Amino acid sequence: MTFQTSVSRKHRWHVLPLLLNNAGLIASFIFLVLVASVTISPDLLSSYDPIAADPIQAQLPPTYEHWFGTDHLGRDVFSRVLHGARYSLLIGVSAMLIAVVVGSLLGLLSGLARGFVDEIITRFLDVVSAFPDLLLALVLISFTGPGTFNLIFALGVASIPRFARVVRGQTFVVAESGYVEQAKTFGLSRTTLIWRHILPHAIEQVPILATIGLGTAIISAAGLSFLGMGPQPPTPEWGAMLSEGRNYLRNAWWIGVWPGLAITLTVISVSVVGRRWQAAFEGRRLV
Amino acid sequence: MNSPRPFLYIRNLTIRFPGPNGPTEVVRGLDLTVYPGESVALVGESGSGKSVTARALIGLAGTYADVKADVFEINGEDVLQYRERDWRRLRGSKIGFVLQDALVSLDPLRRIGQQLSDAFGERQDLPAKYDRSLDILQSVGIKDPERRLSQYPHQLSGGLRQRALIATAIAQQPSLVIADEPTTALDVTVQRQVLDLLKQRQRAGNTLLIISHDLSVVSQLADQVLVMRNGEVVEQGKTAEVLSGPSHPYTRQLLDAIPTASSRGYRLSPVALEHSDEISLIAPAAAPNVRIALPQKQIDAGRHVLVVDRLQKRYGRSTTGPLAVNNVSFELAAGEALGIVGESGSGKTTVAKMVLGLVDPDAGNVWINGQPWSRMDESQRRPHRAGIQLIAQDSLSSFDPRYNVEKLIGESLDAVGIFGDNRRRRVLEVLDAVRLGPTFLNRHPRELSGGQRQRVAIARAFAPRPQLLVADEPVSALDVSIQAQVLDLLAELQAEFGASLLFISHDLGVVHHLTDKVIVMKAGQVVESGDVEKVFAGPRHSYTQELLAARPSLN
Repeated sequence: MTFQTSVSRKHRWHVLPLLLNNAGLIASFIFLVLVASVTISPDLLSSYDPIAADPIQAQLPPTYEHWFGTDHLGRDVFSRVLHGARYSLLIGVSAMLIAVVVGSLLGLLSGLARGFVDEIITRFLDVVSAFPDLLLALVLISFTGPGTFNLIFALGVASIPRFARVVRGQTFVVAESGYVEQAKTFGLSRTTLIWRHILPHAIEQVPILATIGLGTAIISAAGLSFLGMGPQPPTPEWGAMLSEGRNYLRNAWWIGVWPGLAITLTVISVSVVGRRWQAAFEGRRLV
Repeated sequence: MNSPRPFLYIRNLTIRFPGPNGPTEVVRGLDLTVYPGESVALVGESGSGKSVTARALIGLAGTYADVKADVFEINGEDVLQYRERDWRRLRGSKIGFVLQDALVSLDPLRRIGQQLSDAFGERQDLPAKYDRSLDILQSVGIKDPERRLSQYPHQLSGGLRQRALIATAIAQQPSLVIADEPTTALDVTVQRQVLDLLKQRQRAGNTLLIISHDLSVVSQLADQVLVMRNGEVVEQGKTAEVLSGPSHPYTRQLLDAIPTASSRGYRLSPVALEHSDEISLIAPAAAPNVRIALPQKQIDAGRHVLVVDRLQKRYGRSTTGPLAVNNVSFELAAGEALGIVGESGSGKTTVAKMVLGLVDPDAGNVWINGQPWSRMDESQRRPHRAGIQLIAQDSLSSFDPRYNVEKLIGESLDAVGIFGDNRRRRVLEVLDAVRLGPTFLNRHPRELSGGQRQRVAIARAFAPRPQLLVADEPVSALDVSIQAQVLDLLAELQAEFGASLLFISHDLGVVHHLTDKVIVMKAGQVVESGDVEKVFAGPRHSYTQELLAARPSLN
C-alpha cells in the first residue's frame, strides 16, 4: 500500500484554517488589512492635513488631539504616518511588480531558449546579483537622481535576479515534463504550449517570493528615502519622516519613533504572511 | 504429538487507521500461521491490506495504526505488548525486510559495504563484519564482492541492487525474511535472478513471506498462499491447490487476468467493466471458465500506416558512444498491433519517440502514410500530429496537474478543430468508451486511481480518432487485475476504431496477449521480428529464448 505524500493542490488556498491556528499570523493579517485600507483612504482615520505646516503647534507631545503628537513644523504625526503608508507600500509593490514581470520574462526566455541566450541572460543576472540590493539601487539612483519613480526603478531592477532564477529553473523542469511532451503530440503550437503548460507552472512560486520580497523592498525604500534618495520633503514618506525625526529624538521622540514603528510592523507582518504562505505551499506546517 | 512451534502465529488480526469519518479497517480477521522453513505468500491488489499486514509483523504499521488481534505471536512471544524497544530487538535479527524498490531503499550516499555493516546491527566489531559482508554478498550471488562493497548503489545494475538489498535483509541471518513485491518493476531476466535467489534460500530451509500482486511470481516460491481482497483473506491454502482449483471467484479472476499465450483474442477481465467501478468486480459464479472473446480487428495488410526505415540514434555529442537505436526497421499495417519487446535500455522508448516525432533520428526515416515524417519541419508536422497519439507509461506525469479530466481530454481536440458543444460530446463519448461517467469530467488527475488515470489517458488518445497509437509501457505500473481491464479496453477500442497500435512493453505475456507482430530489441538493435505466435512459439535468437525462459509461469 502506498501513501501519497505529495502536496495536495487544494492545500494552498486553505488560508482560513491557517489563520485560526495562529495568533501571530492573524495579527499580521489584520495589520496588513489596516495598512491596505489607510493606503486606499488615509482620511478615514484622521482629518489633519499631512503637509500644511502650523508652527504654533510644533513639537507637541501625543495628546488626545494629536494621538502621535506633532512634528517640528506642527504637522500631525498620526496623519503623516497614515498618509505615508501610501508611499511606502506603493513604492514596495511597484518595485516588486517590475521585478516580477521583467524577472519572470527573462527567466522564461532563458529557460526556453537555452544555449547562447541562456548564457547571456544568466551572466547578466550574475552581475546584477553580485552587488548587494541596496548598493545597486544606490548606484542606479546616482545615475538617475533621487525621486519616487527612480527609487521604484532602482529597487525593481535590483530584485530581478531572484525571480528570473526561480522561473528559469522551473521552466527547465516543466519543459521536460510528460504533459508538455504529451501536449506536443496533440499538434499544439509552441506558443500555446508555453502559454498553457509551461508559464503557469514556471511562475507558481512567484507570488510567494514577491510577498517575501515586498518586506525587503519596503525596508530598502525607507532606507533610501532616509538617505534622501526617494520622495522629497514635504512628502510624508516613512523613511523621510524618520530622517527628519532623527534630529529631534532627544526632546521630541514621537516624531521619529512612530514612522519607525510603522515600518517595522509592516515589514514584520508582510514577512510573516509571506513565509507562512511559502511553508503552506511546500507542505510544511510551521516555519 | 510434538508438532513444531510456528514462527508466526496470528489469529483474528485487525488493523485500523483513523480517518475523517471514523476509523477505517484496512485488515480484518486475518489468520496467519507460518512454520519455520515454510514459505507463504500474501497476494492481492494495491489496497488489499497485504503490505500493512507485512509491516505490522515488524511493528512498522505506522504511528496511527491500531493493531489488534486475539493472538499475535512471533517466535513464541506475544508482540501485542511490544514497545518500540522490543520491536527493534526483533527487526533485522529475527525478521529481515526486503522493500520493493532497491533504488529508494538503499541510501544513495553510502557505499554498499557501509549499508551492509549497518544491517549487522550494533554488536559486532569491524573486521568480522567485513568478512561477513563478503560472505553475504557471495551468498546472494554477487560476484566480485570486494569491489561491490566499496561501490555506491547507482554504480550497480538493477539486479545487483535488488540483491544487495536482499543481502542487507539477511545480514543477521533472521529466521524470517519478508519480501514486499521484490520483483515488481524489474526486467524479466533480473526478475528471474531475484526469484532464483529467493527460491534457493527457500530450498535451503529459510522461512519466507512474500507479498505480491502477481500470482505467477508467487507460484514460483510459495508453499502456502493467502489471497487478500479489501482487507480480508478470501482464500487460503496450498499454492498448487489454490492455483489449479481456486474456490473463490476472486482468485479465479486474478488467475484469468494474467495475460498469456492462451488468452490471445479473449478478454482478461471477467465481465464488461461497469461504469467508474474497477475493483469490486467478481466473475459470475455460473460461468467460471468461459472466456469472452474480444472483437475482431480489421487489419488491412496492404496499407502501411507506419514504416520505420533503418533508424539510427545516438544521444549526446560523441560520435563514438553506443547507439541508442541502431538500424531499426519495421512496418505497421492499418488496424494492426505491433509489440516492441526489450529490457530497459534496449532503445524501445527512443524508437517510440522518433515515431512520435519528438526526437529526430540521426539517420533513417519514419514514414507515416507514405509521408517522410522525420524529415518534415515541425510546422509541417503539426497538422498531422493529431493522427498519432501517445499513451504514456506514467499517465500522472502526462497530465497537467491544473487540468480536470474534461480539459485534459478536450485539449487533444484543439488540433482537429473540435470546440464547444461538439467537444463536450466527443469527450463524453470517449469517457463512456472507457466506462467512466460524466461525473469524472471535473476530477483532477490526483483524484483518480491508477487504473482510472490510465483509462483517461486511453480516452484522450482515442478522442481525435487517430490512425496510430503509440503506447509506451501503458500497463507496467498497474496491478494484474487493473492491467487486465486496461488491456481489454485498449484491445476493444483498437478494434472498434480500427487504429494501428505500436505497443512497447518489457512484459512478454502482455505483448503475446495483445499484439499481432513483435520485434525484440536488445542494445538498440532488432534481434528478432515476425508474427507474435511464431516468434514466441519458436524463438530463433538466443536472446529471445532467454527472455521467454526467464518469465515466470504459473506452474
